[in-house]
Amino acid sequence: MTDATDSRQPGDHLFDVEEMELNFGPQHPATHGVLRLKLKIDGERIVGCYPIIGYLHRGTEKLFELHPFFQNVPHTDRMDYVAAATNNLAYVGAVEKLVGLTVPPRADWIRTILCELQRISSHLLWLATHAIDIGAMTPFFYTFREREVILDLFEEYCGARLTLNCMRPGGQPYDLPVGWVEKCRAFCEEFPERIEEYEGLLTENRIWKRRTIGVGVLDPEVALDYGVTGPMLRGSGIGYDVRKARPYAAYDQVEFDVPVRHNGDTYDRYLVRMEEMRQANRIVLQGLEKLPEGPLMAKRPRVMKAPKEGESYYSVEGPKGEIGFYIVGQGKPEPYRCHVRAPSFINLQALPDMVEGALMADLVAVIGTTDIVLGEVDR
Amino acid sequence: MSDRDPERPDAKGDAPSEDAAKSPGGDDGAEAGGEAPQEDAAQAEAAAKAKAEAVAQAKAAAAEKARLAREAKAREEAAKPAWERDPATPEWEDADDPLARALKEELGEALLSARTYAGDLTLGVERGAVRELARSLKERHGFRLILDVCGVDYPDRDPRFEVVYHVYDIQTDRRVRFKVEVGEDEEVPSVVSVWRGADWPEREVWDMFGVRFAEHPDMTRILMWEGFEGHPLRKDFPVEGIDTGSAIYPEYYEDEAGPVAGTGTGWKPQPPPTTDE
Repeated sequence: MTDATDSRQPGDHLFDVEEMELNFGPQHPATHGVLRLKLKIDGERIVGCYPIIGYLHRGTEKLFELHPFFQNVPHTDRMDYVAAATNNLAYVGAVEKLVGLTVPPRADWIRTILCELQRISSHLLWLATHAIDIGAMTPFFYTFREREVILDLFEEYCGARLTLNCMRPGGQPYDLPVGWVEKCRAFCEEFPERIEEYEGLLTENRIWKRRTIGVGVLDPEVALDYGVTGPMLRGSGIGYDVRKARPYAAYDQVEFDVPVRHNGDTYDRYLVRMEEMRQANRIVLQGLEKLPEGPLMAKRPRVMKAPKEGESYYSVEGPKGEIGFYIVGQGKPEPYRCHVRAPSFINLQALPDMVEGALMADLVAVIGTTDIVLGEVDR
Repeated sequence: MSDRDPERPDAKGDAPSEDAAKSPGGDDGAEAGGEAPQEDAAQAEAAAKAKAEAVAQAKAAAAEKARLAREAKAREEAAKPAWERDPATPEWEDADDPLARALKEELGEALLSARTYAGDLTLGVERGAVRELARSLKERHGFRLILDVCGVDYPDRDPRFEVVYHVYDIQTDRRVRFKVEVGEDEEVPSVVSVWRGADWPEREVWDMFGVRFAEHPDMTRILMWEGFEGHPLRKDFPVEGIDTGSAIYPEYYEDEAGPVAGTGTGWKPQPPPTTDE
């Protein structure tokens, strides 16, 4: 094939090529919403990636300024709409910090239980869609079976399945209904077996490993530089978790481990999230065990006014990373400014770094592992 | 509450003490008058003195009683769990903090203030020194994670905007907030060269508030589309939105077509179709 006049080097193209621009999304099932990526590709290889967002921008931060503190809780449901409880907690926590309220212990424990159930349900949705993106159909049916149970538990508690609106500044609006604790315990006791089922389908699956190991590697330095948090950061070997670093609600009274993996690839992030589900399950069981009796709501003024020029930043560990609220008061029942530190928005910045040089087919795996919710990215 | 009352019995403490003083005093006077009307002045004086003493004693006793009651109430309040007490609203305090002192030494006058609110250290910094502060926080003090950059609009103030940064040290679990004030036509030095994670949040601040960041690698809109006019999170931007139809994009829309502000759905209501042909 080669002769003396051939000047090609190994790896050179056999024929003239030019880079092609390709639009990926905003309408594409693998973008998990309305993410649009402007890609520059060289054959199957991605050489450039530029995310374009904002297709789901609803001006939530502007809406926050219009409504009193209590009426803003439903807005937070609609940001990360698959993990409303953690959004609620971050928001009410910021208001409580700003106003100086102390939450009764029973309310703290109920919040902890709800947030951990929410973490499980969010990770289950992530696993289902991530696996479907890569081509494994079965986990979807398995995970949605358990997610349904969790959503039923939420429905029984607050009447809603996704947009929970289940917390108020100062405490919890309702007590757990009769029989809820038993139902939740029954679920938690059988859930570890279910995780084994999902892992049995994927963890040692040769195709799954080939599609995820070494794909979308995120260097710990790069991850930190981009401000990435949550399972993305812990998959890269940095064990920062808000629940351990600055315990809120009842997290200082429960035992749990923070899983950390060191390769920073899609497979490691998968393992981190699987272990997180086990730990969340463990926390829920402890919560049901230790749930104290007592009041649900702190003594709070009828019209809650934030101090003028007072400001607070409060963050919790959401399923996707650190979700924080920065609220500025103005001496009125409405906040002057309410800014959301949305983990998906910040984590998505690292996407170009992870996909440049990868194959087109790996792009969907990387988008899946980033675990973004566009409602939160665009707010 | 209880520390100021022994000297200054309040109205509640006074009322029973006067009652207590009057009744024994009145009885004394009646007896003295009945026995000997021509008693000498010294005796009358002694009686008055005794009366005054009795009043004072009764007053003191009542004050003591009131003080005890108040102390008991305060104890009761303190014994109450925190969630049954009134909210303890935090206040701004000057920070006496090693980090703030170290930064003051490094930056000098450029570090305008160091205060805490609800336990969070908040630094005020001059606009020109933002990157210097950022670099120092990251490289000397270990704040390697940038959490957030956001803007706040104060139309009545001069300069008008505030840009607020939150940074985090994952080694010591410490969070610091720093702020810079910026006017309408001014630029803030971008900190993307320090933390790459500031890239999108800074673009969001430009998009939402119209604050530009100098030396930002890609200072374009992020949530609104390129070509949109206005900055939605400014306080003077109408909540119902602005016309994005033919009024401002005549090249895209025919006359009176396209989304119109304040019409609820965003589209101008069409007249109902006429039934007669």
